[in-house]
Parts: sequence; C-alpha cells; structure tokens
Amino acid sequence: MARKISMKQAINEALDLEMTRDPTVIVMGEDIVGGTGSPGEDDAWGGVLGVTKGLHAKHGDRLMDTPLSESAYIGAAIGAATCGLRPVAELMFIDFMGVCFDQIFNQAAKFRYMFGGKAETPVVIRAMVGAGFRAAAQHSQMLTPIFTHIPGVKVVCPSNAYDAKGLLIQSIRDNDPVIFCEHKNLYGLECDVPAESYAIPFGEANVLRDGDDVTIVSYGLTVHRAMEAAEALAKEKVEAEVIDLRTLSPIDWDTVIDSVERTGRLVVVDEAHPRCSIASDVAAFVGQNAFGALKAGVQMVTAPHVPVPFSPVLEDLYIPNAAAIADAARRTLAPTGTSPRSIAA
Amino acid sequence: MTENPFPLSRDDLLKAYRIMRTIREFEERLHIDFAKGDIPGFVHLYAGEEASAAGIMMHLKDNDRIASTHRGHGHCIAKGVDVHEMMAEIYGRSTGACRGKGGSMHIADLSKGMMGANGILGAGAPLVCGAALAAKVRGDGGVGISFVGDGASNQGTFLESLNLAAVWNLPAIFVVENNGYAESTARDWAVAVDSYIDRASGFGLPGVTVDGTDFFAVYEAAGEIIRRAREGGGPALLECNMVRFYGHFEGDAQTYRAKGEVEAIRASRDCIKIFAERVIEAGVIPRAELEAIDRQVLDLIEDAVRAARGAPLPAPAELLTDVYVAY
Repeated sequence: MARKISMKQAINEALDLEMTRDPTVIVMGEDIVGGTGSPGEDDAWGGVLGVTKGLHAKHGDRLMDTPLSESAYIGAAIGAATCGLRPVAELMFIDFMGVCFDQIFNQAAKFRYMFGGKAETPVVIRAMVGAGFRAAAQHSQMLTPIFTHIPGVKVVCPSNAYDAKGLLIQSIRDNDPVIFCEHKNLYGLECDVPAESYAIPFGEANVLRDGDDVTIVSYGLTVHRAMEAAEALAKEKVEAEVIDLRTLSPIDWDTVIDSVERTGRLVVVDEAHPRCSIASDVAAFVGQNAFGALKAGVQMVTAPHVPVPFSPVLEDLYIPNAAAIADAARRTLAPTGTSPRSIAA
Repeated sequence: MTENPFPLSRDDLLKAYRIMRTIREFEERLHIDFAKGDIPGFVHLYAGEEASAAGIMMHLKDNDRIASTHRGHGHCIAKGVDVHEMMAEIYGRSTGACRGKGGSMHIADLSKGMMGANGILGAGAPLVCGAALAAKVRGDGGVGISFVGDGASNQGTFLESLNLAAVWNLPAIFVVENNGYAESTARDWAVAVDSYIDRASGFGLPGVTVDGTDFFAVYEAAGEIIRRAREGGGPALLECNMVRFYGHFEGDAQTYRAKGEVEAIRASRDCIKIFAERVIEAGVIPRAELEAIDRQVLDLIEDAVRAARGAPLPAPAELLTDVYVAY
C-alpha cells in the first residue's frame, strides 16, 4: 500500500527492510546511531540528519557508530564485503571522499577485475550530495562524475522517495560497490511510496514527461528544475521530454538516444561542474551516436566551474535553475547559427 | 628419537621449513628470471623475511584473513595460495591466480583467506578491520591479519585502523615487518618512535617486538596474540625485525645500503639457515631430510616456471570481463 513519505523516510525504510530480510546487512557510519558511549540518550541522532533514526532500537549492534575515521571504516566496510557481509557505510557528506578515496577507487572498485573475477565487494556507500543547504564549499558538492569515471563502482542518484527506496534496496543486493548519492535538499520531499519492498533495476532511466520537441536529461535535484522548465516551455507550445537518469553507472543510453532521435534536440542538466561531468559525458555520447538526428548543438546547463559559495545569494546563482534550463531549450530551437555561448565567459 | 624441544610437532616443523624454503626459492628464481627480462612489470621480493610469514601463518586457517603488501609473495605462499597459479599470474597468464589481471602486486585467493597483495601502502589495514568485523559478526573465531612494512606503518590508514580495531575490539592483528627500509629510506629516520610497542600503546593496543629472523620467536609471539584475539581479547601489534635480501624492487641498485651489508645479513641473519641449524642441532630433523625438501621445492618452482611459460595468455575478450562496462 502506498503512502506519502519523504525521501529520508524511504531510505530509512529500505535499510530497515533489507536488514530484516538479510542478516548479513550491517550499517556503519559516523553518528548513524548517535551518542554511542555518551551519557545521554541512546540513538540520539540516527545520523546527522536523522535518516537512520530508530533503526538501532530494532537492529541493535548491526548498526555501528564509528570513530571520525573515514579511511578506516569505509575500508572496513569494503573488507567486510569481501568476507561475506553486505555493509552499508554512510560517508555523511560525499565531500569527505577526499580522506578515504583510496579505499573506494583503488580497493573496492578494483577487486573483482584485478582478482580475475574471484572477488565480490557488495558494499554500499551512502553519502549526501548537492548544494542549497548553505553548507559551503566542503559540504555541498555534486561529485557524481568523479565516481562515474571509475570502472568497478556503480553510481546512483535518486530524485525522489520512490526511486530512493527501490534503488537503495537494489544497491544493497548488488554484488559490486555502489556509491549511493542522496541529495540533501530532497530528504524532505514526499511522494507515494509502497510500504512493501521493491527493487528498481540499475540502468533504467525514468521518463518523467513525454515531449517531441526537445529532450532534457538530468538526475537528482535538478530533475525537478527540469520539470519546472518543461512546464514553462509548454506554455510556449514547446513540449519537452524529461528523462531522469536515476543511475549514472550503469547509464541508460538507449532511453536517451531514442528520445534524441525523436526530438532532435538535447539539453543536459547537471549540478556538477561542467568539465568532465555527467552533462559533458551525455553530450559526447549523443554527439558520437546520434549526430545525424541532432537539429541543434547540444546544450549543457551545469553549475559553474567554481567551488560552491556560502552566501545564499551566490549559492542560489550557483545551482542550475529552471529559467536557465528553459533558456537552453529555447537555444536548441533557435535557427542554426544563432546560438549564443551557453556558459558564462 | 630425540625429544622434540620445540613448540611444534615434527610434522609442523617440516611444514614450516617447506613454506620458508618455497618462498626463498620462488623469490630467488624470480630474481634471476626478472633480470633476464622474462617478467613484465614490478616485482618486490620477500627473500630474507620468510620466518615472519611462516611463523604467523602456521597458526591460521582458511577462514582467517590476511591482507598483504606489495611484497606479498611470501604471505601468499604461507597462506596456501597455489605456487603454480602465483607464478602464472606473475607471468601474466590466463592460468594465473587472478587470470593474468592482477600481477605480482595483486595476487589474491579469497578461498584461502588471502585478501590480496596491495600496491597501495597501508591500504590493507582498514580492509582487515572489515575481515575481523565479519569474523566477529559471524562469531566463527576467525582473525584478520594486516601486514605492513615499516614504511607503510606511517600511513594514516594504518594508524586509523589501530584505533578502529581497538574501539570496536576486533580480532585484528597488525604485523609490522620492519626490514629497516621504506623503499630506500631508513626506518630509523622515517619513524619517530624507537619502538612500535610505543606506537601500539598510543592507540591502546598491546605491542610485541620480536626478532623476525627467528622463526620460533615469531611463532610463539604470534601464537599468543592470535589466541588472545580469537578469544575476544582484541587487537594487537606485532613487530618483526627482519632483513631484506634484495632491493625495494627488482632492478634496485641499492646504493643506499652499506657496503657489504647484504653479504653480512645473508651470512648471519638468514632465517632459514637459523631454523635449519636449530632443528638439526636439537636432533629433531636430520639434515638429509631438509635437503630432500630443498630438492622437492626446486622441482616445484622449476615446474611452476615451465608451466607458466607454456600457459596461454589471456584472450583479448578478457579485457572487458569481470567488471561492469558502462561505455
């Protein structure tokens, strides 16, 4: 039975269901229980934003607080994954990958290939991504492209509660390491979510809106900005097809190519920086594989190539917005040769 | 028959000798074949350090996990990884332990509890915390053992792992194989404490230092630490002071070493010679029996090299297997 719950609740529910189903699932991270060893309440926090709240009471020691020591516990989660457990490790903010990246990209990502297919590393690393929280340069990044670049890891970034639940359950059951990116500004967003367990396969994009005039591809928070842009364009008799990639590695190229072959126009929206991004990756793939279908140059709408600023007025400028996405779509519809540069000088 | 004064049975003494001799001959053979240009890539030899691998691994079972280093051949052999598969891997053949995709620095066999040699110094320590955690969750009495050299003992991953293992009271053991050199840099210069016991105690762990060229010293200290960990007593650090017969990597001219140093340690600190003299003098194993093992090991290594050279190379299609290929 579906009810309206938030993305935060959906993630909590996915963890609860999988921990109940499979005793090898353990969850670890900084403050994911909260208050371990402290004189106050048990389960004091349930994660810094309360995502894992209540799970400790139900699952006990299978939820483990860790020291502030990302290299050690992310590595421990990875090592335990090669020894028969299915750990879910919370990295809190994806920005913290800088202190433990070796364990992710040189260890977890490589084991299956480097050991000739004789190792599996079923670990999920959950981390908050994205700007808009007034959290500034070191707690706000969208680092999805860095992980997508690495063979051997899978990268997931849901845009809503329904997808978050189904994709997290799939992530826990997957036998490869998965970087599960949770946009912190989507935690409170509610939608209809079934109470029962379900898994959403990787590599299946979600077409949120049909349209024949222009294709808008995105993932995470900016999917919602793309939908706003599509509504604005509809008032101008421009019908945009909006595709939510949901998983970035694997990625559903077929859905993107099929759409572009129909619309002939593509806008890619990415909250990451523009260089070597999901946006540039999709643009390049379409340029190589559907060039003949394109009626206009591909437009990228991304964050600028700057760190995330603190001051709200600057941060709001940083995040791709609906107006910029609609403008990009309009550029694809302008007569050839008149497209202005799409990124600021 | 003379009474056996050692803490191992006669059969186990022979097993330990065979392990050490196999490691030695494996490495000596690689030294020769690498110089001839027969082997691609980097090779880091464990010759001279055999007593550490053997003295520790004699206590382990397949469900005990180890994480090794770039200098991993000795750990692999002592943990039971197949010598033919190891040699084939080093030759980049499809019959290798990793089907030719790992090479010398990444030999692994999880079925034997060998989580991998590792090209990243100190990276094995967090992984072993995970192996120890898995053993603790399962309650199977298994332990995880992380090997680092004195060089990698300065890595944050290693130091963080000491703390995590202590905080979680894991059955994890951290072995510092101190051969005096971090690549070319002297241990005494690069490590600010005189004793690893001090470093361990700084993290709330017991630490023990042994002469790593004395198999029996390693065996007894490791046995006590491993038994304690299995019984829930928590992690510990074991420092094995040892010697490295070759350079950091094959091809290393070792100009940083003192003149005559290698000859001197080969003469006076060869752990296999020391072991052999002890068991022969005690009258427990006659020299001829050890020499018979020497001949068997030479045959094994020769056969492994012959098989590796004759083995098929990986098929081109192997490039794209064993990983999700998204593009």
